[in-house]
Amino acid sequence: MTKPGKVLLEPIFDNNAIMAQVLGICSALAVTTRLETTITMCFAVIFVLTCSNMAVAAIRNFVPSSIRMVVQMTIIASLVIVVDQFLQAYAYNISQELSVFVGLIITNCIIMGRAEGFAMKNGVPLSFLDGLGNGVGYSVVLLAVGTVRELFGSGSLLGYPILTLTRDAGWYEANGLMLLAPSAFFIIGLLIWLLRTWKPEQIEEE
Amino acid sequence: MRKDSVSYTMAVAAGVCVVCSLVVSTAAITLRPLQLRNAELDMKRNILVAAGLMELRERVDVETLFEQIETRVVDLRSGRLIEGIDQEMVGASQYATPLPDDQDPARIRRRPDYQVVYLRETNGRLDRLILPVRGRGLWGTMYGLIALDRDLNTIKSLVFYEHSETPGLGGEVDAPWWRNQWQGKEAFDEKGRVRIEVVRGAVPPGDPDAEHKVDGISGATFTARGVSKLVRFWLGDLGYGPFLEYMKEKLSEPLGEDNGANES
Repeated sequence: MTKPGKVLLEPIFDNNAIMAQVLGICSALAVTTRLETTITMCFAVIFVLTCSNMAVAAIRNFVPSSIRMVVQMTIIASLVIVVDQFLQAYAYNISQELSVFVGLIITNCIIMGRAEGFAMKNGVPLSFLDGLGNGVGYSVVLLAVGTVRELFGSGSLLGYPILTLTRDAGWYEANGLMLLAPSAFFIIGLLIWLLRTWKPEQIEEE
Repeated sequence: MRKDSVSYTMAVAAGVCVVCSLVVSTAAITLRPLQLRNAELDMKRNILVAAGLMELRERVDVETLFEQIETRVVDLRSGRLIEGIDQEMVGASQYATPLPDDQDPARIRRRPDYQVVYLRETNGRLDRLILPVRGRGLWGTMYGLIALDRDLNTIKSLVFYEHSETPGLGGEVDAPWWRNQWQGKEAFDEKGRVRIEVVRGAVPPGDPDAEHKVDGISGATFTARGVSKLVRFWLGDLGYGPFLEYMKEKLSEPLGEDNGANES
């Protein structure tokens, strides 16, 4: 029997979807130039992941295995549309900016992976915890990447200036690389390095 | 019923679809009014950006700022500002002129007869004229606003607020570095012909016509060509051309008389 606490906490550091399984990288690159979009994306993914996990777990015993992936996809896609509609209603500017990336939550491998890998085999409460845990694990990485990128790329956090930029007669020359996608790869790489120094058991055998 | 039988599978699939579509349509319908309100505010924000009254991301009271903008309707056939027109007639398909292919460089097929334009005045003088434009890019229609200075020749800005061009390539039409290039360009030459165009690559230094030329976007030839064509179309005879003529005449009349932009 799997322990609920382990299900919830393991995906955050011990088996993180981005850092250990290297899933969900595309959105981690795309939405992390500014912290505000990053946070919105984190909530969207946590919501979709938790709900899709619960929905899939709830109907897992009724779904014929031949169409199970299609059913998962339909559930995930519907949830993503709902999230998108909510963003358009309550956070219009952010939704314009995230536009295509919210839609791409549908193809976020983490969500499909948890639905197929966990929710199809476990009950609703455990799947809820697993969804939440994985969502938080994803968010931890995204927030770390977003913080570094906005701070060093634009000299601000959540739009508030922290480092005074040279163009505003300050001392900090903004690092343009941080605003480009490759910088997210570097930061994720460094995070994986740090994590593996902290938890050496994650290093694969040669 | 067996779990792997065709009819059971179909039933489950249908059930999932019905439940999901109910969820999606409920969300879409209940949130619709808020979304429309947001879209309207966003349009106003774009107009204010084109008018030079705010920056794109600035947090300001859009409604208060928008009071400085006058919304008018132009009859594009005569080029006159008109009054008392039913809002429903603006942009409605029965009040539009079909464009034959050879007169339709922007690929819009039908040009509306009544078009909304926005005016910003300071001290009773026209300061900016903001004209909505649209035309086909590479993937779909691009919607923008072109702002002219009070001489009705100098372009103050060209803002695209809706398009489906490739992000990073044609999508750069809404990027500040490209938008900023338009500022100060001259749309017409001294004979009044539309001359503004987007060139391929960069405008060579020392080009005698540099004031009519805008750098292209590398990797986005079709988008740039689309922008060129749509700007030329809308500033031309079938677009706002007659209206701009009319406004120029009105503006050259001495102040104090009814100068067209002031009548209400």
